[in-house]
Amino acid sequence: MIRSELDKLLRRPRTWLSLFLLVLLPTVVAFFLAGTHTAPRPGQGTAFLGEVLNDGALYPAAALAIVLPIFLPVSVAVVAGDSVAGEAQLGTLRYLLVRPVGRTRLLAAKLVAVTVFVLLAVVVVAGVSYVVGISLLHNGGGGIPTLSGTQRLGTLAATERTVGSVLFVGWSMLGVASIALFLSTLSDSGLAATLGAISVLIASGVLQALDAARSIQPYLPTRYWLAFVDLFRQPILWRNVDRGIALQAVYVVVFLLLAWANFTTRDVKA
Amino acid sequence: MTDLAVEVRGLTKRYGSVTAVDGIDLAIPVGSRFGLLGPNGSGKTTLVRMLLGLVYATSGTVSVLGEPMPKRAAAVLPRVGALVEGPAAYPHLSGRKNLRLLDAAGPGGRRAGRTERVDAALATAGLDVGRRKVKAYSLGMRQRLGLAAALLHAPDLLLLDEPTNGLDPSGIRELRELLVRLNEAGTTVVLSSHLLSEVEALCTEVALLDHGRIVYAGDLAELRPLTGRVLVGTTEPAAAQAVLGTAVVEVTASSLVVADADVADVNARLVHAGVPVTSLAAERQTLEDVVTGLAPGDGR
Repeated sequence: MIRSELDKLLRRPRTWLSLFLLVLLPTVVAFFLAGTHTAPRPGQGTAFLGEVLNDGALYPAAALAIVLPIFLPVSVAVVAGDSVAGEAQLGTLRYLLVRPVGRTRLLAAKLVAVTVFVLLAVVVVAGVSYVVGISLLHNGGGGIPTLSGTQRLGTLAATERTVGSVLFVGWSMLGVASIALFLSTLSDSGLAATLGAISVLIASGVLQALDAARSIQPYLPTRYWLAFVDLFRQPILWRNVDRGIALQAVYVVVFLLLAWANFTTRDVKA
Repeated sequence: MTDLAVEVRGLTKRYGSVTAVDGIDLAIPVGSRFGLLGPNGSGKTTLVRMLLGLVYATSGTVSVLGEPMPKRAAAVLPRVGALVEGPAAYPHLSGRKNLRLLDAAGPGGRRAGRTERVDAALATAGLDVGRRKVKAYSLGMRQRLGLAAALLHAPDLLLLDEPTNGLDPSGIRELRELLVRLNEAGTTVVLSSHLLSEVEALCTEVALLDHGRIVYAGDLAELRPLTGRVLVGTTEPAAAQAVLGTAVVEVTASSLVVADADVADVNARLVHAGVPVTSLAAERQTLEDVVTGLAPGDGR
C-alpha cells in the first residue's frame, strides 16, 4: 500500500511541477544577486541574503528562507490536502476501501507519501540551491561564515548545520501537512482542505505580527519556523529551535490523531 | 457456512433528520441473480454502501458472505467485487496502470501474477485500449474499466450499481452475457438499478425499494401481476370494438384496452371476425403502479 501511494505521488505531474517551482524561485533570486551584486541591507529582506554574496555555500539556508513563508507551505498543503479528499473527489477512495484497504492503513500510507514529499521538497531545494550558490555566487572555498561575526565554520560543521536546517524546516512542514491531512479527511474537496490549511497559516502569520495577541503567540504554528536561522550562529542558539521542534510535535500528534479519529468513523459517501 | 450471500436485519441509516434506509430486512441467497430495484433516492445506494462497510448503519445488522459487516470487512471484502455509483480511476494514468495500483493496494496483490490478473480482468470486461490515459476514455470504456476492477480478484459476490450506464446496446448485451456466465460459474450477482428492464433482463429475484423501505421482495414475475386486461394492437380499432363490445375500456387510433383476462379468447374472437391484429398482450401493472400500490403510507 505504501509503495503504491509513493508510486502515485511520483507519477503525478503535479509533484514534479511543485518541486520545479520550489527551486525556480531561489534560482531566479540567485541570478539577480549574482548579476547586480546588490544585497538587501542588513536587517532587511529574507535572512542570509546579505551574506550569500560573500559566500555561496550559505545559499541553501537562504533558499529555505526564501520558500518558507509561502511556496513551501502551499505546496505541502496542496499535496496533503489532496491526499484523502482528492481520492474522495475522484471516487477512487471508495474503490480503495472496498479493495479492501483498512482506513487506518490508508491514512498511514498517505502520511508516509506526504512525509516523503516534504523531505523531497526541502532536500531538493537545499541541494539545488547549493549548486546554484557555489556556481553563481562567490565561492568562499569550503565552510561557511556564521551570522555571529567573523568566525568561519569548517566544511563538516557547515554540512551538519545545513542538514539540521533542512530537517528543522521539514519537521515544521510536517506540522502543516498534519493540519492539511486532517482537513482532507473532513472534506470531499481537495481544494477546500488545502485552502483551509493555508488559511490557518495565514491567520497564524497575522496573529504573530500582532502585539495584542502576544499571549497566544508561543503556540502559533508558524511561530518558530524561522528559528532554523539560529542554527547558523556561533554558538548555536538552541532555545527557539528546541521550542519549534516541540511545538510542531504537538501539532503533528494532535492533528494526526484527529485525522485518524475522524476518518475511521465517518461515512464515505463520495 | 451459510447459504445467504447477504443478510440484512432491521437496517436503518439516518442522516440527521433524513432517513435514507428505514428498517430493511433482506436476504440474498448464494448463487442468485438478485435485483435491487427502486427509483432514484429510494435508498439503493446507501444500502449497497452499508453492505460494503463504506457507510455505517445507524441501527440493524448486516452480514455479507456469512460474516458481520463492517466488523469483518478485512475478511469479507476480498471476496466481493463492487461497482458503486459509477467507475472511478486516476485520469492521468492508463487503465492498466490503474488496475495495477488497485491490485497492489490490497490483499492478494502480490507482484507475481499481477500482470496476468490485470490482463485477465481487462479481457473479461472487454476493454482493449493499450496505453491510452483514462482521461481520454469514453463513458463506456470507464464503465468497463470499473467492471474490470470489480472482477480483478474473482469475487464470490458482485455488487453492481447501474453497471450498464454509458454502454451501447451491444455492450449491454455483452455485459448481461458475462454476468450470466459468471453467475453460472457460482458468483452471486446483485444488480441495483432504477430501470425495470435492466433487472428483468438479468435477475431472477428482486427487492423493490421505495423511500428507504423494501416494498416487495421475491420472484420477479410476481412483482408485476396481471391486471386482468388485454392490450390489443390493430389497424381497425372500430371493427375490433364492434366485435368485443362492452369489454373495451379504452380506444385509440391503433389500439384497444380490453377488460378480459383471457388473451386467447380475445384473439380468437378478433381473428374469427376478420379483424387484423398487430399485437396482443396481457397487461401487467407498471412499476409505478406496483410502488404506489405496495408502499405503506400513501399520498407521498
